[in-house]
Amino acid sequence: MDIGFWLIQTLNALQLSMLLFLLSVGLTVIFGLMHFVNLAHGALYAFGAYVAATVSASLGYWPALVLAPIAVAAIGFVLYATLIRSMRKSGPMAQVLVTFGLIFALLDLTRILWGDLALGMQLPQLLSGRVTLGGLGYPVYRLFIIALGAAVFVTLALVLGRTQIGAMIRAGVDNDEMAACLGINVERLFFAVFCVGCALAGLAGVVAAPILSVTPDMGLQILIPTLIVIVIGGLGSLKGAITGSLIYGFVTTFGAVFLPGLASILIYALLALVLVVRPTGLFPARG
Amino acid sequence: MTVFTKTAVATLVAGMATTAAAEEIKVGIALPYSGVYASLGNDIEAGFRLGIETFGAETQDTFSIVTEDTEAKPPVGLAKVRKLVLQDEADVIVGIVSSGVLGAIRDFVDGAEVPLIVANAGNDEATGEDCSAYITRLSFSNSQVNRPMGQYLYDQGVRKVFTLAPDYAAGQQQIGAFTAAFEAAGGEIVGQEFTPFQQTQDFGPYLTNARASGADAVYVFYAGGEAISFVKQYDSFGLKADLPLYGSGFLTSPLYVNAEGPAAEGVITSGFYVPTIDNPENASFVAAFQAANDRLPSEYAVAGYDAAHALVQASAGGANDRAALADALRNVSFAGPRGETSIDPATNNIVQPIYVYESVAAADGTGMTQKVVAQLDREQDPANGCTLAN
Repeated sequence: MDIGFWLIQTLNALQLSMLLFLLSVGLTVIFGLMHFVNLAHGALYAFGAYVAATVSASLGYWPALVLAPIAVAAIGFVLYATLIRSMRKSGPMAQVLVTFGLIFALLDLTRILWGDLALGMQLPQLLSGRVTLGGLGYPVYRLFIIALGAAVFVTLALVLGRTQIGAMIRAGVDNDEMAACLGINVERLFFAVFCVGCALAGLAGVVAAPILSVTPDMGLQILIPTLIVIVIGGLGSLKGAITGSLIYGFVTTFGAVFLPGLASILIYALLALVLVVRPTGLFPARG
Repeated sequence: MTVFTKTAVATLVAGMATTAAAEEIKVGIALPYSGVYASLGNDIEAGFRLGIETFGAETQDTFSIVTEDTEAKPPVGLAKVRKLVLQDEADVIVGIVSSGVLGAIRDFVDGAEVPLIVANAGNDEATGEDCSAYITRLSFSNSQVNRPMGQYLYDQGVRKVFTLAPDYAAGQQQIGAFTAAFEAAGGEIVGQEFTPFQQTQDFGPYLTNARASGADAVYVFYAGGEAISFVKQYDSFGLKADLPLYGSGFLTSPLYVNAEGPAAEGVITSGFYVPTIDNPENASFVAAFQAANDRLPSEYAVAGYDAAHALVQASAGGANDRAALADALRNVSFAGPRGETSIDPATNNIVQPIYVYESVAAADGTGMTQKVVAQLDREQDPANGCTLAN
């Protein structure tokens, strides 16, 4: 166990964090802005992975990276128009039930469209190699995921913190009625944010597809980690999403290194601790 | 007695004789058709139907089939099997993918005295301490598939192994059987980790641990989606060259090896069936399965096919009610696609050869195929607490 080992484990942790960040940021911002719990977010991620696997089989990886988020955003558009807009005011319990049902509807839809067998997705030549770090090989693709996650984080931080749209979104999160009184079309803003959140779930799906298997239940498997990230980080904030993701990634990875027998319960223990000490999470949107 | 009545009686007797000889045997199929194991359920049923079609002529009895979806959930599976037995009055139950479902229905089928042909679920107890005269397994046991690999790996010059498996019963049993055999042969396990079952998306940390452990090789059990993720990630870290990957055959099952693609090349695993096994029974099975389903059969399909073969053989021997079928199924023996296949009446588990195979790219560029590296002896499980022989 030398420097190379620790370096690579750190990169492993970062890579897992970034994948979870892409998923949780969409979910958390939708919640922060709309007070809407979209449990079907994981199913959208699975949908993105399936679209990506299909597109990349004929067109290659790069078109898939662009088309899958767009396709998932389009599904988000349909969901918003048919279900979510009318569910906005119906309270969290009804929303949770409806989106929980959506998980299974979408899961069966992917099974009908793509079958039960797992799909594979090959990497482009550019990203399929390895670089040597500290004397050990590390896959280029994992570095790509880290870079992509970081890029999305920086972009979102700039948009939310420095632009007028960002100011409008923050105003909507803080107090949507007041924001509406000031002439912001909150409804349209919600809609746009919802679609962007869905696109990010689709992006996570494309990015995950080549290293994971594309199976109908992949959305269910990722849902729990994503919810843990959001509960630890605090609902509704970008800072919470990135912090929660990093905590999840590092605790899971180094848990597997130091305490392999306890790896699976460490994160739940931490979750319980956070809920006891800071029930709203580390960085909630409104304290 | 007039000629007329004589003829009538003769016809009646003849009629009774034929109905007595040719019964309709009602088969209740209990398999998952929804959820994560749906593809396994479909493959097993396709194999079973092909088996009835292929061998059905060997018996005078006819077979009617009722299917039920267990969803691979123990309570659902139990309810569906109860329905098949009590309402449909099935003479025999076939199927069961999940060991959890098998555990849930074990006492019911044993108490109801209905024969059950297990076509997948591999937990050791089912033909060990929990064995039943009514439960015959035509698939495999977790130990059976892995035990022979202990000696095989040692014979290949491997001395230090790092093992990985998901943390649940099948993972523990599959790796446990390998570990015991490998250590008995003289090998050393330098590291053994169990990953959280169905919660591990990223194997990176474990692979990095394996590389740092100083092992000669890695031996794993993963199945389904986890197997695909694992094989791809193992390859992406570039470990295959220095640290050869071995495992239980489910790691590179023909059912999903194409989703793993080139990442699976060179992985050596042990299983009870691959479509490239070279014998005439397998050649005709593969051809017929491909013609009917437009894909190659998997180890799941062959278990369904052999379950049908065993059932036909039992009925051809004169058994057509529950008790007689259960008895006859314990003594079936035939040459099938996996080679010489029989049931060990001491445990009711299958006795079958184990194949070591390497996943290689198909010569015609259609994806991946399997090259049989070695055919090991027929593997018979020890009684493990089963008292059927006494």
